[in-house]
Amino acid sequence: MKTSKQIGKSVNRLEGYLKVTGAAKYAGEYDVPDLLQGYIVNSTITKGKILEIDESAAHALSGVVAIFSHNNRTKLPWFDIMYADMDAPPGTPFKPFYNDQILYNGQPIALVVAETFETARYAATLINVTYDEEPFETELAAHLDDARDPKKGIATLIKPLPPSANGDFEKAYNDADAQYAGEFIHGTEHHNPLELFTTTTVYEGDGKLTVYDKTQGTSNCQIYIANVFGLHYKDVRILSPFVGGAFGSGLRPQYQLFLCVMASLELKRNVRVTMDRAQMFTFGHRPQTIQKTRFGATADGTLTAINHTAIAETSQHEDYTEVVVNWANMLYPAKNTLLDYKLVPLDVFSPMDMRAPGGSTGLHAIEATMDALSYILKVDPMELRLLNYAERDVSADKPFSSKELKQCYLQAAEKFGWANRKSEPRTTRRGNRLVGTGMSSGIWDVIALPAKAKASINKKGKLKVKSAVTDIGTGTLTVMTQIAADSLGIHIDDVTFEYGDSNMPLSPIQGGSYTTGVVGSAVKAACESLKKKIFKKAKKMNNSTFNSVALEDVVFEDGSIYLKQDKSNFVTFKEIIADNDGKKIKASKNNIPNVLKLKQYTRAAHSAAFVEVEVDEQLGIVNVTRAVTAVAAGKIINPKTARSQILGGMIWGISKALREETLMDHNLGKYMNTDLGEYHIPVHADIHELDVIFVDEKDDIINELGSKGVGEIGLASMAPAIANAIYHATGKRINKFPIHFDQLL
Amino acid sequence: MNNFTYQKVSNPNDALNKISKNNAANFIAGGTNLIDLWKYNLAHPKTLVDINGLNDYKIIKEDEHGGLFLGALATNSDTAYHKLVEERYPLLSKAILAGASAQIRNSASNGGNLLQRTRCYYFYDASSPCNKRNPGSGCPAKNGLNRIHAILGTSEDCIAVFPSDMCIALAALEAVVHVKSPDGEREIEFSNFHRLPGDTPELDNNLKVNELITGISLPSEGFAENYSYLKLRDRNSYAFALVSVATGMVLENNKITKIRIALGGIAHKPWRVVAAEEFLVDKSPTEENFASAANMILKGAKGFGKNDFKIELSKRAIVRNCIMALHPESQRPGAQPSL
Ligand SMILES: Cc1cc2nc3c(=O)[nH]c(=O)nc-3n(C[C@H](O)[C@H](O)[C@H](O)COP(=O)(O)OP(=O)(O)OC[C@H]3O[C@@H](n4cnc5c(N)ncnc54)[C@H](O)[C@@H]3O)c2cc1C
Repeated sequence: MKTSKQIGKSVNRLEGYLKVTGAAKYAGEYDVPDLLQGYIVNSTITKGKILEIDESAAHALSGVVAIFSHNNRTKLPWFDIMYADMDAPPGTPFKPFYNDQILYNGQPIALVVAETFETARYAATLINVTYDEEPFETELAAHLDDARDPKKGIATLIKPLPPSANGDFEKAYNDADAQYAGEFIHGTEHHNPLELFTTTTVYEGDGKLTVYDKTQGTSNCQIYIANVFGLHYKDVRILSPFVGGAFGSGLRPQYQLFLCVMASLELKRNVRVTMDRAQMFTFGHRPQTIQKTRFGATADGTLTAINHTAIAETSQHEDYTEVVVNWANMLYPAKNTLLDYKLVPLDVFSPMDMRAPGGSTGLHAIEATMDALSYILKVDPMELRLLNYAERDVSADKPFSSKELKQCYLQAAEKFGWANRKSEPRTTRRGNRLVGTGMSSGIWDVIALPAKAKASINKKGKLKVKSAVTDIGTGTLTVMTQIAADSLGIHIDDVTFEYGDSNMPLSPIQGGSYTTGVVGSAVKAACESLKKKIFKKAKKMNNSTFNSVALEDVVFEDGSIYLKQDKSNFVTFKEIIADNDGKKIKASKNNIPNVLKLKQYTRAAHSAAFVEVEVDEQLGIVNVTRAVTAVAAGKIINPKTARSQILGGMIWGISKALREETLMDHNLGKYMNTDLGEYHIPVHADIHELDVIFVDEKDDIINELGSKGVGEIGLASMAPAIANAIYHATGKRINKFPIHFDQLL
Repeated sequence: MNNFTYQKVSNPNDALNKISKNNAANFIAGGTNLIDLWKYNLAHPKTLVDINGLNDYKIIKEDEHGGLFLGALATNSDTAYHKLVEERYPLLSKAILAGASAQIRNSASNGGNLLQRTRCYYFYDASSPCNKRNPGSGCPAKNGLNRIHAILGTSEDCIAVFPSDMCIALAALEAVVHVKSPDGEREIEFSNFHRLPGDTPELDNNLKVNELITGISLPSEGFAENYSYLKLRDRNSYAFALVSVATGMVLENNKITKIRIALGGIAHKPWRVVAAEEFLVDKSPTEENFASAANMILKGAKGFGKNDFKIELSKRAIVRNCIMALHPESQRPGAQPSL
């Protein structure tokens, strides 16, 4: 079959039909015989000790099979290291049911296992727990004096602490012609993917388990479960082919996985544990963060001084960190910098990466400060960015591997019509509504990690590629299939990508916008390795015309090997396998990035967002009426799925700037708006015109594909652009997210 | 969810009979509120009496006084899109359509809408103290998360708000609620239907135990010429009102001859101040006059910290909505502010 290049094509999601028809099965949808259902009981106090768990009424209910708690749990390892997953920050991982201590409100303290979900849920309400309560602290703003440096650990490699100070910030700031200082307050947010965290454990006997789990890392969960329950890795199989969103919440194994596996092993039965929506607020979240900025510039707009500090919450047991303050000096080459990031441990669960962690928080402060400076300097906000454009990353003293941010500004501004903007705030009206426009830069890291993939080709000429990686709804399946097809020169219909299964070659957790680059490179490498093997076999064939030909002299196309010089000289893959007695040809590759080369560059994706808002002058109601985001993220493998990622990021930006926040009652130490009726994310009526531009960007450094990833960069620039547009509309600079309309009255 | 008995009825007497014979029995109509409360462990019915078979109460028809009768079991959607409602009582139609989501409105009944419970976070959390749910246990909202709470008619015990949109329009329309009990039938004026919390916050309204709502009647005046519903909230759809206003007005020679203004999202019941409405009679429909009326309506309003903004916002919302009522064609989907 004639093949055409798949990379760069808007291939529809291969699993789209299964998803829209409901045929795609999620972790809680597998039909398993004799399945028991678990429901979790959560602590209703914030800190203290469990004195007694009265289970008598629950046990008396017909259909209740077992109740687990710290009183009767499986014997578990002592050592923290056994609980540490791939994404564990420095500290002591949370160990469910470990003892009688309550560390946070909503902590799982018991699991009811029953014949039906309804019985288990009802029985859970009959369990009576008595506690010894202790005082607790949950409010970041009240504990800024307790801020301290974060502990270092493996996580610090991917999330570097701020670079040390440069020059003399205080002097430069004092000498500056224009100064702006701001305080930026971000509340807690929860990921809230539509799919609830659920695990279905199939007890296979002999310490063997097949586990359907909602996760962003099958290998991660496999290692965690094997370590915690003392099982052989090969006896634990984690499957997660479809994931109904996760946004970071599935980067670490969640406690329902632990509880489900424990119940299954103890009862030697098939068990499912499903969280309800309120329980989705009882684990990781985006942390409360309070930031301060002070930027100074010369009268001509040259930024001379950057001070950016952040204080974020973490739990009492782990030092979760984010990269919040490192970005400003990567974007703008000021000579005098003072950057600081500190933590305050509170009586909450450990925060957790949530889409564009740190970046989306820090960029708000940076880009709103830049915006404020532009008005003080009377320089157009985009012009100020261009004046301070970093051709080189001065914060690390390295070149960028590639950087087309300038094109992002220019192309987005053109499409948006930025040139027609009136520079003064409060100058445009539509009836009772003030109209404003604002813009922002965005930046996000490109991470390189090792990953493994296997490729094989069978006698029908069909290519199969495998990786344990998940597809969290981003289009991973489709994109990997495209990469494999092009790598081998085979029609996309002849490629199957198998994934979402810990039995398959090891993959890192799916996050950080690195999956396409990291796993895609492994897929490519495995296919390259397969090509060599196929070619070797081709040379060994009887009457082979490739005997004295080198790999460089042939091309792989249309499911065949062709001589470059003479395309009439070719052999099909099918012929080669037939000659191999019909046996498959297989290759496996552990793709390890060239760290030494990569370390010489700063590697980042960039974006620019331009936004128009309308604000009702008397009533405060805000609408984002239109927005354009331009993205430079290297090679775009699939423009359609990539565009969806950017649109999702832009909508998330609207959410972050204007909608979502988890409300904590600090008297109770408890999140109170724990359902999707009261935890407000945008609805269709909130979303108006959104436009996406992908700017051409070539990058030979970052990975074999030249692809930077688009999962987070669309969010990074959106929320600050909205805050800036609101200022332009109203003359009010609101530095607390989300901006509620009552702040604009 | 506890085990329960489920009984379907097809005539009202049967319904009343079943409800009074069984302990912890509840009527169920659309179920959009009761089932949630049950799942959250806040309601524990032992018997469900399903009244969806009471076909006589599903109808919407003109009555002998020139008004309209809305059956208690007609759905919110069927009511909002009914030709006579759209033509004669567009205020009601717009208010209903500003509430919940299309799916919920398709299930929700008119009777159930009147009886929906507050959306106070503490009420909805079985483990939090709440005087409405568990009298005497306290009210954490007063010193807690009270941005969504009441500014008028509050008590020491409770600052919850009644969340309905439909009922705000019904209050402005001066609807009458028809109820039936084993003792007979009675009518309750809308302004007397819902209660203020006082020291009995567990009671939302004056419906007696075992009484069945059969319907709601609307008087002949529907304010179809000059009306507006405005709902201010944290997103454009699928969120409860922080402040909402229903205005119906009759104008003659650019003078107000009759006006009704009801507020939602700010009290334990739809809020009307008759004196303010009387003040506007014979006056011109100007911003100044509406602002004076707004001040009268908000008299005595008191914030609890996070909801202080509602006092000023309510005043501005009243003024805007009265102006919007002069241009009813400007109504936007979801009762967003217009003009
Ligand atoms: C997520 C969500 C968002 C919502 N948003 C809004 C909103 O923005 N605005 C708004 O106004 N509403 C909103 N609602 C509330 C919705 O309008 C109500 O849930 C609905 O109107 C209740 O009607 P129902 O028939 O489903 O009541 P049910 O749940 O069936 O019953 C509620 C109560 O009324 C009793 N009852 C029902 N019918 C009768 C009768 N005829 N006689 C006596 N007792 C009766 C029942 O016993 C029960 O106690 C929302 C609801 C949800 C779940």
